[in-house]
Amino acid sequence: MSKKLKAAIIGPGNIGTDLLMKMQRSEWIEPVWMVGIDPESEGLKRAGEMGIKTTAEGVDGLLPHVLEDDIRVAFDATSAYVHAENSRKLNELGVVMVDLTPAAIGPFCVPPVNLADHAKNLEMNVNMVTCGGQATIPMVAAVSQVQAVEYGEIIATVSSRSVGPGTRKNIDEFTRTTAGAVEKVGGAQKGKAIIIINPAEPPLIMRDTVHCLVEGEPDQAAITESIHAMVKEVQKYVPGYRLVNGPVFDGKRVSMFMEVEGLGDFLPKYAGNLDIMTAAGLRTAEMFAEEAANGVITLPARN
Amino acid sequence: MNLKDKKVTLHDMSLRDGMHAKRHQISLEQMVDVATGLDEAGMPLIEVTHGDGLGGASVNYGFPAHSDEAYLDAVIPKMKNAKVSALLLPGIGTVEHLRMAKDLGVNTIRVATHCTEADVSEQHIGLSAKLGMDTVGFLMMAHMATPEKILEQARLMESYGANCIYCTDSAGYMLPDEVSEKIGLLRAELNPKTDIGFHGHHNMGMAIANSLAAVDAGAVRIDGSVAGLGAGAGNTPLEVLVAVLERMGAKHGIDLYKIMDVAEDRVVPLMDQPIRVDRDALTLGYAGVYSSFLLFAQRAEAKYGIQARDILVELGRRGTVGGQEDMIEDLALTMAKEKGLV
Repeated sequence: MSKKLKAAIIGPGNIGTDLLMKMQRSEWIEPVWMVGIDPESEGLKRAGEMGIKTTAEGVDGLLPHVLEDDIRVAFDATSAYVHAENSRKLNELGVVMVDLTPAAIGPFCVPPVNLADHAKNLEMNVNMVTCGGQATIPMVAAVSQVQAVEYGEIIATVSSRSVGPGTRKNIDEFTRTTAGAVEKVGGAQKGKAIIIINPAEPPLIMRDTVHCLVEGEPDQAAITESIHAMVKEVQKYVPGYRLVNGPVFDGKRVSMFMEVEGLGDFLPKYAGNLDIMTAAGLRTAEMFAEEAANGVITLPARN
Repeated sequence: MNLKDKKVTLHDMSLRDGMHAKRHQISLEQMVDVATGLDEAGMPLIEVTHGDGLGGASVNYGFPAHSDEAYLDAVIPKMKNAKVSALLLPGIGTVEHLRMAKDLGVNTIRVATHCTEADVSEQHIGLSAKLGMDTVGFLMMAHMATPEKILEQARLMESYGANCIYCTDSAGYMLPDEVSEKIGLLRAELNPKTDIGFHGHHNMGMAIANSLAAVDAGAVRIDGSVAGLGAGAGNTPLEVLVAVLERMGAKHGIDLYKIMDVAEDRVVPLMDQPIRVDRDALTLGYAGVYSSFLLFAQRAEAKYGIQARDILVELGRRGTVGGQEDMIEDLALTMAKEKGLV
């Protein structure tokens, strides 16, 4: 019997397709279903051509096949509005939900910071925060693991081409959700998030700045070491995650200047903001699969 | 140019754009002092917030001496006739900030986006209009897009509920012909009920000329700043614009001597440095770079030994937009590494 967990992707758009391409290389997750709502959609056709079962009937079209195909994990790349229903229906059948929408029903998950805990607790719904959150919260956590962070601020700059209509319509959701996760996951007492959309051509690679104000004088050596170790952790699933400059120490301020280049699977390399979401989502499911294979957790029973 | 009897509504920026030049450190007393002077002089609209708008308080842009709430709460009750506006940049400020501003008595919300990214403003413009506020769509760095693109983006903001659209020369890059063309197209194509506005910076010495070109082409709201207190080489100096409009017979409703006195007696004394077209401010205009980058680039020069001018030119070459202040230290570090300075 294969150790791989079988998976469904909901939402055959750019994110879903990129996720599918990454998943086809995974040692732990096997993509089986792609779920859409439009039979004519390019994404469903592409998935079909890649040998994946497809349905255009939404999650309801997937439900009758969950048990017979032994689907154990689902990735929701649709929207916050439909996620709650998708999650409820699939959780009932014992499917772990990795939420790539801003719905955030379940706890925030930033893999190198708190994924291990979520996997051990068998959280049935984990939320991947935002692209800016995935790119920056590991850095805030790297500092807060050494020294108390009074204030953590992140600035995500993304290319105009990589920001879809959903994010644009509700950009406050980005700032609010990311700031919340800088606190809850990053460990800052107060969080602030800023997003800048830049239309330059050729498109710029995602860049992120992280500022932390620490309590007392920063322990420069320990913080620097912690940051470099954390960068390596993120690079395990996003090889193009780079510390371009810093850490810069200036009084109580510790600043890191990052760049996130994607793998260029389905999404262009500059769209590191989208790539880090799909990579983090997949990494999350892989950890659940590994823990299940190692007997650390037991997935919901099935006959 | 004939502007005789044209009606122009002036809008003061010294207490918002001027916050950039003051590193956001204007005191509550100073704010009230300038605002009451402006009110007395007949200024109809005065903007008050952090330089980067509501919610701008940050490491990235600078922490202000007081919160937006405190500034608005200090100024608004003191106004006899003037209305107060607040700027909001989606991605920095949120609808919660907007509601707070409304509750404190702000009359006008100006929602600012880069000139090609108007669709991030739907939520904020929509709410502001729904709350019955005077709602302005503010297209920044308007030199970076064609007149047709500016019109397309203006139409989006108009469709969300903006009753006034600004063509904003955030870099002080434009020359009068470009202003005429862009404002003229907006005036010709937008709903006749939608007002058009222009916001200038003096980095190329063109702020007055550009403002006149804007009025001539159909703009009815013109931003400026008493004594020019604003980012870069400052905004259109309002006391000068008032004198010019007076000579041309335009209707502006401001008492010239009183605004001259506010400039000289209340604003100039609070400047930390002369607001003028110095070498770095000129570079902003010449290279098309966001005006509030000026002091950040000068601080990076002091810290890393890379000329501010070189940093600003490179930022222009890379197509940076408003709000990317974090690029300045990052770029200075990279340039310093290349030169073996760090």
